[in-house]
Amino acid sequence: MSITLRLAWRNIWRHPRRTLLTSSAIAFAAAILVFMVTLQRSSYDKMIDFTLRVYHGHLQVQPKGYLDKPQIRNTIPDARALASHIRRLSGSASLSVRAMGFALASSKERSYGVQVLGVETENESHVSTIPGLVRKGRFLSSDDAQEAIIGYLLARNLKLNVGEELTLLGTGRDGSVAATVVPVVGIFESGSADLDRQLVQLPLGAFQDVFSMGNHGHTIVVVGESLEHLEELQRAVRSGLPPESSLVVLNWEALLPGLKQAIQMDWVSGWFLYASLIIIVSFSILNTFLMSVLERTREFGIMLALGARPGRIGVLVIVEAVWLALLGLAVGVVIGTATVIYFHIYGFSYPGMEELAAHYNMPAVIHLALSPLSLTLGPAVILLVTCAAALYPALRIRLLKPADAMKAV
Amino acid sequence: MEQNVICRGLSKTYQQDAIIVQALSGIDLDVPKGDFVCLSGPSGSGKTTLLNLVGGLDAPTGGEITVAGQRVDLMSQAQLATMRLMHLGFVFQAYNLIPVLTARENVEFVMQLQGMDRKERRARARAILEDVGLEGLENRRPAQLSGGQQQRVAVARAMVSGPSLVLADEPTANLDSRNGEMLLELMRKMNEGRGVTFIIATHEQLVMDHARRLIRLHDGRIVSDELQR
Repeated sequence: MSITLRLAWRNIWRHPRRTLLTSSAIAFAAAILVFMVTLQRSSYDKMIDFTLRVYHGHLQVQPKGYLDKPQIRNTIPDARALASHIRRLSGSASLSVRAMGFALASSKERSYGVQVLGVETENESHVSTIPGLVRKGRFLSSDDAQEAIIGYLLARNLKLNVGEELTLLGTGRDGSVAATVVPVVGIFESGSADLDRQLVQLPLGAFQDVFSMGNHGHTIVVVGESLEHLEELQRAVRSGLPPESSLVVLNWEALLPGLKQAIQMDWVSGWFLYASLIIIVSFSILNTFLMSVLERTREFGIMLALGARPGRIGVLVIVEAVWLALLGLAVGVVIGTATVIYFHIYGFSYPGMEELAAHYNMPAVIHLALSPLSLTLGPAVILLVTCAAALYPALRIRLLKPADAMKAV
Repeated sequence: MEQNVICRGLSKTYQQDAIIVQALSGIDLDVPKGDFVCLSGPSGSGKTTLLNLVGGLDAPTGGEITVAGQRVDLMSQAQLATMRLMHLGFVFQAYNLIPVLTARENVEFVMQLQGMDRKERRARARAILEDVGLEGLENRRPAQLSGGQQQRVAVARAMVSGPSLVLADEPTANLDSRNGEMLLELMRKMNEGRGVTFIIATHEQLVMDHARRLIRLHDGRIVSDELQR
């Protein structure tokens, strides 16, 4: 061990109580950060996965430009055959074909503009939680059945109940009038007010008949096992597209940019809280090092007299800070990681979350994900802040004049 | 004779609040290589100030200082640090060892700053600690050594890097007469055996008796400069 490292290590133990107090503060902050950052990131993963599984899926195959301008004429020809082909290439991923149009939905009393979605009744439950969120009645029975399910807010607005008839009037792919009268067989509550207010689902076959779609669809929704391997899945899906087709594979970030932005905002606001914690700890460190430097002014004067350059003594102070930080971080990371491992195995639940989760068909507990980034990000920031806090006392050493410093008591 | 230290018209003033204190005034001094000089005088006569100026620990207000052929008064802080490291050794009144390092590590510290490799550092530190009679105490920290032993470590630290000039400020002030005598003998041995120049500031008769040359200061001026033997 070099003399600087040894000297720094021994210097921090000149006042064991002070060192233990300061490193305890660092350990506490590190443990909190490891746990909170991991919980936050795990919550995001859960939130993204849950949000995507309601409706959008992890990936969607769409005609180019459809996302920005969802025109009924812009279609995927022979969509079911293409979905079968991609299914074979993409391993364990789930796929479902959808077609979408807009219509005026009317009950006996009222009319509203709605989004009409044709879904593969057998596959839709693998890519969307809506089939499992039907609160009244049932989900669609078969692809050719002439029936519909609607969101509970739309049902309330139209004053419709299960068993009553819904009239849809729109425009078909060929420009013809698309009109049908179907019984409402189920009412769902997805947790998304937009979907619950605007969405009508028909079996894909029925939709294709009514909207003159032939065998065309608009999107193929893909859900993989997890978000971790999304890029690989996206590559596999892309490889299954016909050459020179105008189809594109969009991931959830493109499909739901607002979700990503919301997460980024939450992540940043979370860091404001963490920053307050880190700032409090950094003041404790700054205080420790200012005291440490002030009480050793005479010793630093001697070192300068012996020929040490101020920069070298500054480095010594920084190394002391690093030792102190590593001491606290080692303890903090062990405690934080042990806590994360516990909740990784047994799961973490926010108070009151069980009821809400059960209502929306989502898991009540979050099993914290062990990731190197989550475990090291907070401690790395603390290490940087500790070094930064020691920088000021270290720089003060440059101002010392050996003769004056040696007179210090 | 080759001069190790040359001072010409050296002066130093301090400002204490509104009062200007003339610590040194018009000092002309030549110290040949290998000399053993004692600066004496009452408190406030300028002994420590003169040592600090010669050692580059403080800057003069006027005049010139040359040490080992280099103009100290014209050097930058970095150059002064290098000069202190490579050419000078210091012994202070209060021992001033680094408390968390052992005797050997204190002695090695300067050599480490010089960038000497570990093996050579170890060998030199062992040899000089033997020379100053501290064999077997190398791994003790300063708090585990007596005042005399600590001051011998300080002398070993000052000597180990082979300086041409050692500046000692009241080195025996905190020692009893026996330890003081031993320390002075040690310094004389280093002076005669290695040809190192010593300038010692003191007001103790014991030290003055050991000096080859005695310079008396009063109110920042040299009032006498005598060869003793």
